[in-house]
Order: sequence, then structure tokens, then C-alpha cells
Amino acid sequence: MAFNYDQYLRLEKMPTLWCWGCGDGVILKAFIRAVDKLGIKKDDMCVVSGIGCSGRFSSYVDFNTVHTTHGRTIAYATGIKLANPDKHVVCVAGDGDSLAIGGNHTIHGCRRNIDITFIIINNFIYGLTNSQTSPTTPKGMWTVTQKVGNIDPTFDTCDLMIAAGASFVARENVTAPKKLEKLFVQALEHKGFAVVEALSNCHINLGRKNKMVSAMENLDWIDSITVSKKKYDTLSPEEQLNLLPTGILKQDTEADEYCDMYAEIQKVHQGERSKITQDDFEKKI
Amino acid sequence: MATREVISTGNELAAIAAVDAGCEFFGGYPLTPSSEVMHVISDLLPKVGGVAIQMEDEIAGICAVIGASMSGKRALTATSGPGISLKAENLGLAQMAEVPLVCVNVMRGGPSTGLPTRVSQGDVAQAKNPSHGDYKSITLCAGNLAECYTETVRAFNLADRFMQPVFVLLDETLGHMHGKADIPTAEEVKAGIVPRKRFDGPAEEYFPYGVAQDEPAVLNPMFEGYRYHFTGLHHDKNGFPTEEINTCKALIERLFNKVEAHEDELESYEEFMMDDAEVMIVAYGSVSLSAKEAIRHLREDGIKAGLFRPITLWPSPEQAIRKWTNKIDKVLCVELNIGQYHDEIQRASGRLDIAELFKVNGRPISPYEIVNKVKEL
Repeated sequence: MAFNYDQYLRLEKMPTLWCWGCGDGVILKAFIRAVDKLGIKKDDMCVVSGIGCSGRFSSYVDFNTVHTTHGRTIAYATGIKLANPDKHVVCVAGDGDSLAIGGNHTIHGCRRNIDITFIIINNFIYGLTNSQTSPTTPKGMWTVTQKVGNIDPTFDTCDLMIAAGASFVARENVTAPKKLEKLFVQALEHKGFAVVEALSNCHINLGRKNKMVSAMENLDWIDSITVSKKKYDTLSPEEQLNLLPTGILKQDTEADEYCDMYAEIQKVHQGERSKITQDDFEKKI
Repeated sequence: MATREVISTGNELAAIAAVDAGCEFFGGYPLTPSSEVMHVISDLLPKVGGVAIQMEDEIAGICAVIGASMSGKRALTATSGPGISLKAENLGLAQMAEVPLVCVNVMRGGPSTGLPTRVSQGDVAQAKNPSHGDYKSITLCAGNLAECYTETVRAFNLADRFMQPVFVLLDETLGHMHGKADIPTAEEVKAGIVPRKRFDGPAEEYFPYGVAQDEPAVLNPMFEGYRYHFTGLHHDKNGFPTEEINTCKALIERLFNKVEAHEDELESYEEFMMDDAEVMIVAYGSVSLSAKEAIRHLREDGIKAGLFRPITLWPSPEQAIRKWTNKIDKVLCVELNIGQYHDEIQRASGRLDIAELFKVNGRPISPYEIVNKVKEL
């Protein structure tokens, strides 16, 4: 029997404002299936989104939902999570939201390794505001602010998240919704800062001017620049150039989680143990 | 009222007050001259099971505070002018989504980096409208050490009553002043806590923003079975984005009206030797301490001066200002800025002849400067 999404959706908010053929809906459905698979109660889940097409994600799902200012999802979520360490807190943000205006919060969320699941929907462009260059727009592509071709170098989202200290980092295409769902399950189960970069299409505001006028053409291009991590690892550095590996790229289940560490701080102040010393942690310096 | 005598600083008293008032979350960023609030509360909150976190920047500080407050916790941030400038957009979200919080601003010289370690009252106008858009700010201003404590307590109760950010203005002088203060006991403060309203009926009958036009939203804590939506967009009674003409209009009018219709609950000011006064000095914050000293000297010299000290700066105590300015001819406004409240006194009084004594070089105004100015009037 087909999966019934209704109980997780705010049906009165349908249809979404996303364009026909947009990958955001695929991500939304994969996320809902993952939540359902884990049996997480709707009351125990908070979804935080920012500004952009992805910003509307939170208003469509029937959880405790917060639509924040541009780029600040992780900062809001940090407050929500620290105040409610036993609840699930999920952030959804686009490439501009998470890596440009919100880049600082993103890397510090990773560094703290606070138990938040972060879904970064990367469609390589500012979609909602009509085709401005984002930190992931490939070089040479047309954008409304760089009409002769983008000269800005790109961030590799996952490399950045790994370097900043996230303990779970994964990437998948919207063309593989089942794999995406599985990654969401693993990210939600992971204790620590878990990032899933979902590569999505924007044939309207990226594709239209870059020879990918249909959703399928845009998705084919995403497929052409991605390869599974397993295969990626067998390639030579030259072959790896301009390719993005998909699947789980980092999974560290030993890393200290921030709320857990803060609970130790509380114990010290409440006299239940003496002060925290360097011996409590692996010496990393 | 049961009181206790403490020896402390303004910043420390603000932190202690927050915890006594039931604050469970602090998010902030180091900002001179407010940092001691964060230093002190970082020790106090974990002791009572709360959380204090130093975030990556001022913006993150206010965002984390709003997040914690959305989930039902009383929450505090502390900063100074540059920090408010950075927090402005998200203070706007808290106004729009009606999320209560307390923001202590220990004022220093501005604009920009200004005079980080010196006193100013340059953020008074900013406190009225830190963010873009229309809303009515609530701003309290401590005038002595004890009020750094009592006004912070009051701010928490008002934030939950009106469901919006409440500013507590300290200035560098008060924040770093070390001295004796008589403050209410923690038990007294605890007994006076008025928690935010909540809805206890069935979820399908719950409309967080569906309230009377002079009432704040009723926002139940998250994770308790009432799943609704927070947004900075114009929203309907359920909190969902809308552009419907009448809903948008009613929302903004209500944000205004919920404060305006209940200004009597907010009004607070001190009248010092005003009964027979022939010269009215208007001063607030640490400047009022100099003003009181000046008044004692002036009276020794036979000049009947009195002090009117607004404690709630925004909304201003309009009626009281009008009452005194109608009665007294000579009115002098003394401020550590170039007339940010002077404008308000002129507006409220309907007079354009309010005398001024302003200072913006980072130094306090001495009693003698006030004495000399009054003698010139």
C-alpha cells in the first residue's frame, strides 16, 4: 500500500508554493517517511526553517514549527534544543540560507556537535528571489547578478561541514528518494550534529538560463556531477575533480554531544561532581 | 516587603535578578560593558538546571534566546548598543511572533564602536525602534543599583504579560558601579512571578494569535500537544503566513494596541522633591544620581528644584510629564546623548522650550554641571 502522508501534512496549506517539478517536495516526503519509520511522535519534533523556498518547509509539516529569519535556523534551533534536550530538532535550509548569510551559525553548530539534524537543500542558486549567485553556484553558470558567467568559487558543503566538526555528514540527490529517506533515518538516529545535503533542482531559476529548461534536464545534470562515495573513492584525483560523492561521508558516533557536555557542567555547579578537566575529553590539541 | 542588603554591581544584580525571576536560559556574546552579566549568569543558571551559552555572535545570541522562549522558558540576553544593532532583525521577529524575552542593554558611547568602556545613554531612541516595521517597544531604565535588580525582575513579568521583548537599560556607570543595595529577597520575587498565559482546552480549539485586539498572543510551550507555527511573516490566528488584507491590518494594529491599551500597567516614574519645585529636572539612569545631588545643592542655595525620573522610558509616562510641564515653567532635560528623550519630553508636553544639558564625550554629568545649568535658566 502506498504511504499515506496526510497525518504529517497540514493539508489546508496545500498546494505548496514550490514550482511544478521542484525537488523540495521529494525531500519533504522522504523526511516524512523517515520520521514515520522511526515512530517519532509529532509532538516531540520541532522543525525550524529559514528564508527561501526551503523556508516554507516548516509550514507544511504538522510538527512544532518555526519559520525564522534568513540564515538563523541553527541559532534558533540551538536555543530550542538546549532548552529541550530530549526532543528532536530538525533544521531545513537552502544553500544561500545555510552557507551564505547563515554560514557562521552553520559552522558553529558543527563545531559544537549539538544534536540537531540539518537538512541543507542545495539547488545551486537563490531560487525564491530569482536567480542570484549562491555559494554553491558552479563557476561559469548564468545568474542574474553574473550574466556573463559566475566567477565565484564554490563551497563543497559536505567538506565544509566535516572540517567544521559535524559528526554525521551525508549527501544525496533528489533523484534517489529512497536513499535520501534512509539517510534521513540515519541522521535522525545519530546523536550529534547531523548534516544531510540534499541536491535538488531549480529548473525555473537555475535551469532556464543554463540549458536545463525542464526538471528532468536539471536532474540529469545533478546526476552527472554526483557519484556514490564507494565509486568516488576508487577514482583518481583527476577523475574526482568536479564530482560530488554521495552517501554517508562521515559518521563519528564517539564525538561528545553538546547537550550531554552541558549536563556535566550542570552537575559540577550543582555539586554532584568536581570540575571538568581536560582528562574528560580526548586530548585533541 | 522583605528585603536583603547586598554589595554588588549593576551588571551582577541584573544577572541575579534574572535567575530569581525564573529565567532558565541565557544566550549572548561578549560585549563591553555588559559582559559581566554573562559571566555571572554562566555560574548561576547551571546551578538551577538552566542553560547559559556563549554563542558565535550577537545575532545567534538573540536567536537562541528566542528559540528557548518559544519552548516556554524565560530567557535573557545582555549586550550593549552595537549588539542591539546586530540583534535588531531578530528582535523584530520576537515582536512579530510575540515571543517574550528580556534584553539588558548596558549603554556605552556610540555610534559604531564608539567608546566601549565609557558611559552613554545613546541607545534610548534605538530601544524604541530597534528593528524595522511598526510595533510598540517596552523599555525600562534602572536609575540606581537596586533597580538594576528590580527592573530586571519587572521586565520578566512584563515580557510574559505582553508577550514581546522588554529592554532593561543600564548604563556603563550603573553596570560597573559597586555598592550597597537593598533588594527584595529571592522568595519575594518568586512569589511575585506572573507566568505567561496558556491555553488548556482541546488543541483544535486553540488559536494562539486569535485573541482580542488589545491582548497579546497566547503561546503555549512547544512539545505539549499544541502544534502551531511561528513566523516573522504576517500571519493568521494559527500563526500561518497570510497576505489577507484585513488579517494583516488587524495583526499590526493589535501589536500596537496590546501595549497602548494597557499603558497604565507599564507606567513607572519617580518624583523627587517635586511637590514645591519651581525647576523641573528630567533625568534617568545614572544621570539621575547626579541630578539628585544637584537638587540638594540647589535647595541649599534657595532654588527649589525637583527631579522627574521616568523609569519606564517607552511607552513614556505621558500624563505625568504633561502634568508637571503644565505646572512648572523651567524644565531642564539632562541626558548623556543629544536629546533622545528631550524630543519625547517636548512631544509629550507640547512645549518646545524644554532646556537641555547634553553630554556625549563618554564622561558622566557631574552635579555641579547641573547646578550651574539650572542657575543659568
